[in-house]
Amino acid sequence: MPSITHNIESLGRKTVSSIEECGYVTALFFESIYWLVMGKRRNQAIRFSAVVNEAKKIGVDAVAISAVLCFAIGIMLAIQGIETLKTFGAQSQVILGIALSVTREFSPLIIGILVAGRSGSSIAARIGTMNESQEIDALQVMGINPVRYLASPILIAMLIMLPLLVILGDFMGLLGGAVYSYIDLNISFSAYAERSFEILTIDDISQGLIKSVVFAAIIALVSLSNGFQVSGGAEGVGKATTRSVVMSISLIVLADMIFTYFLNR
Amino acid sequence: MEKMPAIQVENLVSHYGEREILKNISLEVPRGEILVIMGGSGSGKSTFLRSLLGLKKATSGKVQLLGKDILQMNESEMHTMRKNMGVAFQGGALFNSLTVGENVRLPLREHTKLDESTINIMSRMKLEVVNLAGFEDLKPAELSGGMIKRAALARAIVMDPKLLFFDEPSAGLDPVAAVELDELILTLRDAMRMTIVVVTHELESAYKIADRITVLDQGRILMTGSVDEVKNSSNKRIQSLLHRQARNEDIDADEYLKRLTRKSPIH
Repeated sequence: MPSITHNIESLGRKTVSSIEECGYVTALFFESIYWLVMGKRRNQAIRFSAVVNEAKKIGVDAVAISAVLCFAIGIMLAIQGIETLKTFGAQSQVILGIALSVTREFSPLIIGILVAGRSGSSIAARIGTMNESQEIDALQVMGINPVRYLASPILIAMLIMLPLLVILGDFMGLLGGAVYSYIDLNISFSAYAERSFEILTIDDISQGLIKSVVFAAIIALVSLSNGFQVSGGAEGVGKATTRSVVMSISLIVLADMIFTYFLNR
Repeated sequence: MEKMPAIQVENLVSHYGEREILKNISLEVPRGEILVIMGGSGSGKSTFLRSLLGLKKATSGKVQLLGKDILQMNESEMHTMRKNMGVAFQGGALFNSLTVGENVRLPLREHTKLDESTINIMSRMKLEVVNLAGFEDLKPAELSGGMIKRAALARAIVMDPKLLFFDEPSAGLDPVAAVELDELILTLRDAMRMTIVVVTHELESAYKIADRITVLDQGRILMTGSVDEVKNSSNKRIQSLLHRQARNEDIDADEYLKRLTRKSPIH
């Protein structure tokens, strides 16, 4: 009997703490946006240089790896597509499959997961360490709002850089598909490009971009809130880092599913 | 206004969860005084400092800094107040990604519209005060423990605050570095007329710098007085703190049994 009440109690505690966390993340989002809009008026503007600095770390430094991964995804889709379509003798339709799946699905998803692993972990670790060494307290007593100084630039940079990376990913994915199609089916690059542009509509591209904006918010907020809530020294920082990556990626995949459902109805 | 004490605390009560940490603390610090808050581990001195800094919301009571109650302040009033406060944290809390110079310049950059060269001159002046001239391009990781504390002090005083809070200035320092830091604190009071609150458990340092000492124990103030008054106090707990004796508390048998047999809290 005691073990049942014990389980119910711990379930209750977990529920309360999850709801608390949702509240925290929401508040963090609105506070970050608040400083973006009101910062200047309150003499605490968000530094442009801080946003640029974060944008470099989140976006520019991830260009090469994003390009390679999306290129590989393009090739992979081409191989699978051609293999499947052979059954119907419709191999050339592979261009359609690649164009839609790269722009709508794979590019945002791969970029989202990549950035969650790369930047999400580093943000959580950085903020968590600052929290542990009282640097966040120091900011606060200096009258520098930590959300304005640390969180807003990260959120803004993420919201700008992720869609840009997705556009790069779209291009590299299509290029990967084109390269393999040329090798296997001897479709020329110009024919491939022409057919791709015929197929793709603004809607397809924007579907991927809308998702990437949502993923950006997820990564930034999850890793920031995990970082700000670190306690328990080095182990706490490690836990927060792992947790923020796992949470970001899980939420990205779930959000992707929900968005795909609604955007394709 | 000038006559008002710099810091006035009335009936401050503070909790962590359900545990009462500070029990009805009242205290006054006149302007230009160095008050040393002493106490063993778990005496509540860190919580008290956090309450004074506005980092921890008190359960009840009043904390007036420079005549204004920080518990009643809205955010923009608190923001203004913070420009009059300098804090040097125990571990320094310097921003590791910035150089020493950038750390010291940060408050000026964020709070003033001074041009870059003025900011540079002002921050270098403060680095001179703490004897760190020439170290401004180093990262905090490249400094020794004493230098980190001095750099943190430079950052704390760069806005010329009226109130300076210093958490454990001499903890973890060699005796020479600790004495140097004490001298520096005295200089700051005399040269800049700052009101200074120092939290420490180092006796020697406390005797040297304090105008008055407040002894905290288990969330209560045991006494506040001059160095001699504290030294000559007949209070047993104060004497054991001063002479580094172990606490020999009377053990309440029922309490003891309850502690041993209690159920572990659920996580």
